[in-house]
Amino acid sequence: MINTDFRKRVDKALHDEFFRGAVKRTTEKLRNGRINQNKTLVDVQEWRSRANALRSHTVQNLDKYLDEFSTKLEENGSKVYWAMTDKEAVEQINTICAQKLAKSVVKSKSMVSEEIHLNHFLEKNNIEVIETDLGEYIIQLAQQTPSHIIVPAIHHTRGSVAELFSKVGDEQLPAETPALTAFARKVLRQKFIDAEIGITGCNFAIAETGSVVLFTNEGNGRMVNSLPDTHIVIMGMERILPSFSDLDTTLALLPRSATGQKITSYLSILNGPKKQQEADGAKEMHVIIVDNGRSRILGSKYQEVLNCIRCGSCLNVCPVYRQIGGHAYGWVYPGPIGAVITPLLDGLDRWGELPYASSLCAACSDACPVRIPLHELLLELRKDKVKLGNNTKEKLAFGAYSVAFSSPTKYKLIKKVGRKIQIPFVKNGKIRGGLPAPISEWTRTRDLPTLANKSFHERFEEIQRGE
Amino acid sequence: MLYPQAVESTYNVLKKLDVTVDFPKDQICCGQPSFNAGYVDEAARVARKLIQAFENTEYIICPSGSCTAMIRDNYPTLFKDDPKTLAKAKELGNKLYEFSEFLVKVLKVKNLGAKYKAKVTYHHSCHMSRLLGIKDAPIELIKNIEGIEYIELPNNQDCCGFGGTFSVKMADISSAMLEEKIANVKSTGADILLGSDLSCLMNISGGLSREGSPIQTMHVAELLDRGLPK
Repeated sequence: MINTDFRKRVDKALHDEFFRGAVKRTTEKLRNGRINQNKTLVDVQEWRSRANALRSHTVQNLDKYLDEFSTKLEENGSKVYWAMTDKEAVEQINTICAQKLAKSVVKSKSMVSEEIHLNHFLEKNNIEVIETDLGEYIIQLAQQTPSHIIVPAIHHTRGSVAELFSKVGDEQLPAETPALTAFARKVLRQKFIDAEIGITGCNFAIAETGSVVLFTNEGNGRMVNSLPDTHIVIMGMERILPSFSDLDTTLALLPRSATGQKITSYLSILNGPKKQQEADGAKEMHVIIVDNGRSRILGSKYQEVLNCIRCGSCLNVCPVYRQIGGHAYGWVYPGPIGAVITPLLDGLDRWGELPYASSLCAACSDACPVRIPLHELLLELRKDKVKLGNNTKEKLAFGAYSVAFSSPTKYKLIKKVGRKIQIPFVKNGKIRGGLPAPISEWTRTRDLPTLANKSFHERFEEIQRGE
Repeated sequence: MLYPQAVESTYNVLKKLDVTVDFPKDQICCGQPSFNAGYVDEAARVARKLIQAFENTEYIICPSGSCTAMIRDNYPTLFKDDPKTLAKAKELGNKLYEFSEFLVKVLKVKNLGAKYKAKVTYHHSCHMSRLLGIKDAPIELIKNIEGIEYIELPNNQDCCGFGGTFSVKMADISSAMLEEKIANVKSTGADILLGSDLSCLMNISGGLSREGSPIQTMHVAELLDRGLPK
């Protein structure tokens, strides 16, 4: 059975024409951008294979590389924390905030911070949190969650942004991009200066050098990690790359896959807090390495999903995401990658409908820069869901199917009976309704063909007899 | 069972090309509906019967991209713990060709000398184009029919919304996908939508028929068969 909350979310999305139009336009732009920029790599398939080998090797040896990374970080003067759960992660951050008597925190974009519900937690403790990525800032003001991994405010327009900003600024702003960005810049600049702590995510963590690598396009990430005295990095434990030279592969693929850019606008590589002779940077750097269910995936048949570099390209090609957008998926990560990792990180029993929110068209696997076989993993989750065994009706139906469709005599009988049963429902050679679920689900929007009077099995016998 | 004409046309086209065609009567289904819904044991039972039915065949021609992909890609997974069936499944996979693939790759025929006057477009079904990597073969066959005007379908990489049980489990999403596919089909101005997968065609034709559209849907083999000199 499909969870009713999921149905409600899908229903809401499907009835929001404005939202669907925005999602279609933006994902199409991103998908074409990726395809066009990939052409500049000469042989993108070779790059994908290399990225797959690199990520698979890293995830396979994650314990070793995490150890190397954390040792290097400490040598370079950062503090390292290990958080098994979302709760542990937010508590560690809260403790740092308390030590620094922080009243104000600025953040740059981080999906793992969404996963641990960081903003909610800090705000509850009377700490002001400001998202400084423009898209994230917009959805923070709108009290929403991201609906896309890369373009969190994909569902907003100039008009809706002008409305939100006008409220904050207590002035009437025009729905024009230059005026709106100028406003955000003005507000955020002061926030950067006032904040005691800056929190960023981490696109890649290099084990060899203990470096935290950030890809951003607005420059806000650099302000977050250099203006406040304290910089906290939150990272999923699988963000690792073994050596500095490995960055080459992801540097080529991540911006291309995410936004169709050859290179990211700002690339920050942070090796630790500011040294005495240095002019810029935070005085303290704290790195929170978050597990939150990831180690359960290690060593399982789903391990490859940890290869993900969070580019969002699977969202941009997914025909399901295209129709329903990100919020319908219900958790932090939407699209095909979300349909795979949400049940893995937060429980298949709670998110059992997500593996079925796919037509298994494999567009995701085809687009993935690190070649995660997403549609195959969705299929594995379906197998696991079936093993949970809470859909007796469906189990019986497929049991009957397997009996009838593995026996020529029973199959013949089914056809014969079927042709009789369908008679009252056939109108002008089609079935338009009147049959029970699940067929009624089909006939709500589509006609169904009738069983042919003569199957090719029967026709072939005639052909052989020379008829 | 639903579209015997497509199979008969496949038979006719092959005969025309001097292929000796048999139709093993014990064949039923590849098991894909069950496999893709997560019911593996049920799929294996159906698949075993199919493997058995084709044990003595030289080449197997399948007028369906997704059934071909099921047998080639998924049978090895399905029987990974059953070495005896696994060997037979792999052998079956090696002998198996999708219809247009067999014509273009094995028989090396791209032009059948068929004539048919119509404006057509083609739906690239997902498993055929992405899992089997067959995109050009059906198009070449279509374009070589004399009198055919071929119009490319916009956004043809997108799924039509069928997806097996997806079409009834997530009927609303499936229908939204279909709605977009139909709008794209109509924008081409084609009289006929061609395809290589009857399940996708069943979905698209179901939607077209519901809105009373005159656009016909048919398998590539059917159009070739219609155009062949009798």
